[in-house]
Parts: sequence; C-alpha cells; structure tokens
Amino acid sequence: MILNMGPQHPSTHGVLRLILELDGETIVKATPDIGYLHTGIEKTMESKTYAQVIPLTDRMDYVAPLSNNLAYLLSVEKLLDIQAPPKAQFVRVILTELTRLASHLVWVGSHAHDIGAMTVLLYAFREREKLMDIFELVSGQRMMTSYFRVGGLAQDVPEGFESKVREVVNTFPDKINEYEKLLTRNRIWLNRTVGVGKISAQDAIDYGLSGPILRGCGVKWDIRKSNPYSGYDRFEFEIPTGKNGDVYDRYLVRVEEMRQSLRIVQQALEGMPEGDFVARVPGVVLPPKEQVVSNIESLIFHFKLVVEGFCPPVGEVYHSIESPKGELGYYVVSDGSNKPYRVKVRPPCFVNLSALPKMVEGRLIADVIAVIGSIDIVLGEIDR
Amino acid sequence: MTHHQCGERGNQGEVYKLAEAKFEKMILTKLKEKFPDSIIEVIEFRNELTCVVKREDIVRICTFLRDDPELSFNFLSDLCGVDYLGRKPRFDVAYNLYSISKNKRVRLKVKVDEGESVPSVTSIWSTANWHEREVFDMFGIRFDGHPDLRRILMPEDWEGHPLRKDFPLTKEEVTFSHNKNRPPRIS
Repeated sequence: MILNMGPQHPSTHGVLRLILELDGETIVKATPDIGYLHTGIEKTMESKTYAQVIPLTDRMDYVAPLSNNLAYLLSVEKLLDIQAPPKAQFVRVILTELTRLASHLVWVGSHAHDIGAMTVLLYAFREREKLMDIFELVSGQRMMTSYFRVGGLAQDVPEGFESKVREVVNTFPDKINEYEKLLTRNRIWLNRTVGVGKISAQDAIDYGLSGPILRGCGVKWDIRKSNPYSGYDRFEFEIPTGKNGDVYDRYLVRVEEMRQSLRIVQQALEGMPEGDFVARVPGVVLPPKEQVVSNIESLIFHFKLVVEGFCPPVGEVYHSIESPKGELGYYVVSDGSNKPYRVKVRPPCFVNLSALPKMVEGRLIADVIAVIGSIDIVLGEIDR
Repeated sequence: MTHHQCGERGNQGEVYKLAEAKFEKMILTKLKEKFPDSIIEVIEFRNELTCVVKREDIVRICTFLRDDPELSFNFLSDLCGVDYLGRKPRFDVAYNLYSISKNKRVRLKVKVDEGESVPSVTSIWSTANWHEREVFDMFGIRFDGHPDLRRILMPEDWEGHPLRKDFPLTKEEVTFSHNKNRPPRIS
C-alpha cells in the first residue's frame, strides 16, 4: 500500500510530504518530497546588498534565527577580512547559545508531543518564553531578530540584558532536570525511542549528517571546538556524544547540549569585555549616530552605505558554524559589486533529512514519527 | 571622518595560515603527482584552498581525496552550482570537502557548459544525491550516473531553472494598476 504522509500532517513539523510504501505496518520504501515552502531565498539574496540579506537569513531556520544571522555574517566578514570586536563576539556567543536552547526546547516539546508526552511541550514553551523575552529586549523582535550586523551588532545590548540572562542561567538547570524526570527513564519513552532510527557512524558521515545526529552515533565533531569561531576557543565546554545512533541517543545528546550551552553563557557573562559593539571599519560599518547628526562627512558615509552598501573583493568563501541542527554553512561568491553574486546555504536539515529513508526503511510506521522528531527539521531551512 | 580611525582588522587569519599551509601544500603535491593533467587552476583566498579540476576526472579525484589515509576527506559538506552567464563554459560546480579526522577543508571546482554534464559523485558520498538534484533543479546541470535525477524543490512541471542568471526574479513585473488612471493627488 502506498500512503501519503503530509504535507499537512501535524507530526511532519511543517510541510514535509513522505510517500510511504507499506507492507502491513512495515515501511518498504520512504520517499521524502520537499519544496512546498520554497520561496527562492537564494535567488532573492542575489538582488539585495550584503546588509539587506541579513533579514532573509532569519526566515530560513526561523526557530534559530540568530544562528543563521551569525553564519552568514561570519562568511561576509571572512570575505571582507574583518573581525568583530571582543564584546560583540561575546554577545554573539551568548545569544546564539540561547538560540540553541530555544531551538532545543521547540525540539524537545514537539518531539515528545509527537510520541505522546503532552506535558513536555507545555513546560518547554513556558521556558522558551523567557528566552523570547531576551531576544525581544535586544532586537525588538521575538523571532525575526536580525540583531547581528557586519562587523558586530546592530546596537549595544540594552540595560537589563545581563540580569535577564543571569536569571535564565540560574533557573534553567532545574527545568532541564524536570524534562529529564518526565522522559529519560519513562518506560513509554524508552520503548518508542531506544533502538529506533538507528544509523551507524560510517553511514552518517556518508550521508553528510552533522550536529546532534552525528554525535549521537559517537562521532565527536563539533565545529565550535574543531574550528572555533566568534571566540568559542575561550570557553570551556564538553561535546556530549552517544553510542548507538538511535533516537534515544540523539535525545540524550541534545539534553546535555542544553546544559553545556548554559555553561558557555555563564562564562561569557562573567568574562564580558568592555569596548565597542561593532568594528568601526570605514565604508562597511555605519558611523556612530552622534556623528551622523553632527558631522556632514559621517552623514554622507551613512547615506552612501545605506543606499549603495559596500563592495567586498572578488572571491569566494565558505564558512560554517555549529547551528542547533548541525553544520550550517554559507558559500558566498563575490564579483566585487555591492550585491553577492551567489549565496549558497548549506542547511543542516536538508542534508539530515536526506538520510530519513535509511533510518526508517524496514521499520514500523509509528517509528517514522519518532525519527522525524529526532532529526529536528525546520522546513523553512530545507526548502529555502 | 573620525569613525575611520578605529577600524579593527583581525590578525587571526595570519596565524591560521601558518598552521594550515603545510597541509595545503601536501594536498597540492599529492594531487599534482597523482593527476598531473587534471588540475587547471589553484586559487588561495582567505586561507581557503580551491582547485579547479577537469570535469571528467572529478570522480577519480574525489575518490582519491576520500581514500588517501593522509587526507581522508570523508565528509562532503556542500555541493552547489554557480552561473557565470556570458562566460564559456557557463557554470561552476563547487564541492566543499571536509576531513573530520584531519579537521581540514578543501574546495574542488569543475567548469561545465550548457548542455554538458558532470559525472556524479553519489557513488562516493550518498549525501551528494540531494545536492546534485538541487543543482539540476536550479541550474539544469545534468549529473551522469545519478540514480534519481529529478527536480527536488520546484514542482515537477516547472519550466526553466530559477538560479540561472537569465531567469527573472519575478516571472511577471508587478503592475500597480489600481491608480493608473487617477491624477496624482495634491494635498
């Protein structure tokens, strides 16, 4: 029997369509069909200036917008050969780690909800609200933040930022324990996840899987450690790994990652350096507002930069970061004009989803739901 | 021009380069030794190594890079197309490789013209399957030996390939016709 699962299905986390060939309840063949959310973001990027691309990156992985901002900006900064000042780097680290928490909260809530544990969703969204408040505080937006800019941040962090983050750092560990109490040794949870959606480390690498899925197979690869960006080499944290590469191990890895993220945030808060929030690179970064209103030259620079943007040298770079879902890379090609000639996003979800048939074929149809949840897909990023 | 004075440019790049250069040299010597006629161009930009290679040798080169124990580029991070409209050959296909054990990256590029095809690397990395489908969908570049080359993001009956530079951003210009015949309002 051929069964169409999706595109409108509550457990597909968006508009994913799966064509399942079934033999009774066993899956013989699974074919993902994607593209329902394709909006041509990469094409649109080619018609925008480098700074105008930033809001578009939010709209891909809308559960973790700041990670997308950061990945894009690091590749543009690499293209320009500039670096954000230490303070901006620390704020970037704090916010992307909080984004990781927010993303993992959405994952743990919806994943547990799919499998039948309703309570976790309500708990997770309760905590996510606190993180959303922080994002709203710094950027004015809960989801489409666009807070990072080329060379640093859009503006300095507002008053009350530190105390709000501190509150999260202090209260969050207990909340993680709460989720674990509900799930980690829950017999139904174990039955639904242990041994389900298994993939070996070798296959995972062959399929290009990254992030918690690959670490769940026991491969200790985290870009924050292997190629530290934005000053990650200054923080101490562990890379949690699993053994069996099943849904349960991915769950354990992500839960531990939340704890490690809190460690990083705490260290970043304590070591927060003084200084400017953006690298004042001429012709790339807007001059300070006080100068714009008092100095004609600054006003001209401001105007030119807003209207024309900046022109990086001819060349191409690839830069990737460890997003909550895995390796998020941007391949930016510059032809020397003020608009990127080509921006290719390497979305972790797109690649991770391509291994779905490998994980579910030969297993029961109920396992598909568990596996989709464990891949942690965001269709906005897959279809772009 | 006061804001011009405090420009802070990173020097981390240079440190990174020194450590990296040795490995990059090794990749190049090995490739030149193994495939003396295949390498067309070597580009170094921002400490990233790019090798433009002959299209027909891409499978052999990728297999070598993956299997050589000193290189072991076992992870295909990304594969994508770039359209250089007006250039001949028209397209680039870029392969971003990563070695998990050595923690190194290298980029391979092949040039391909309209109507020509590139040998598929799906036999080397399964992940190339969807990437190549996307390149086919967006640029119309065909991959020889691909097990299932269909459109992936666009509808099956879509005409054209959206990421080509001669494909318009919007199929039809939006016309704001609602106030076309009205005289401009003066307030």
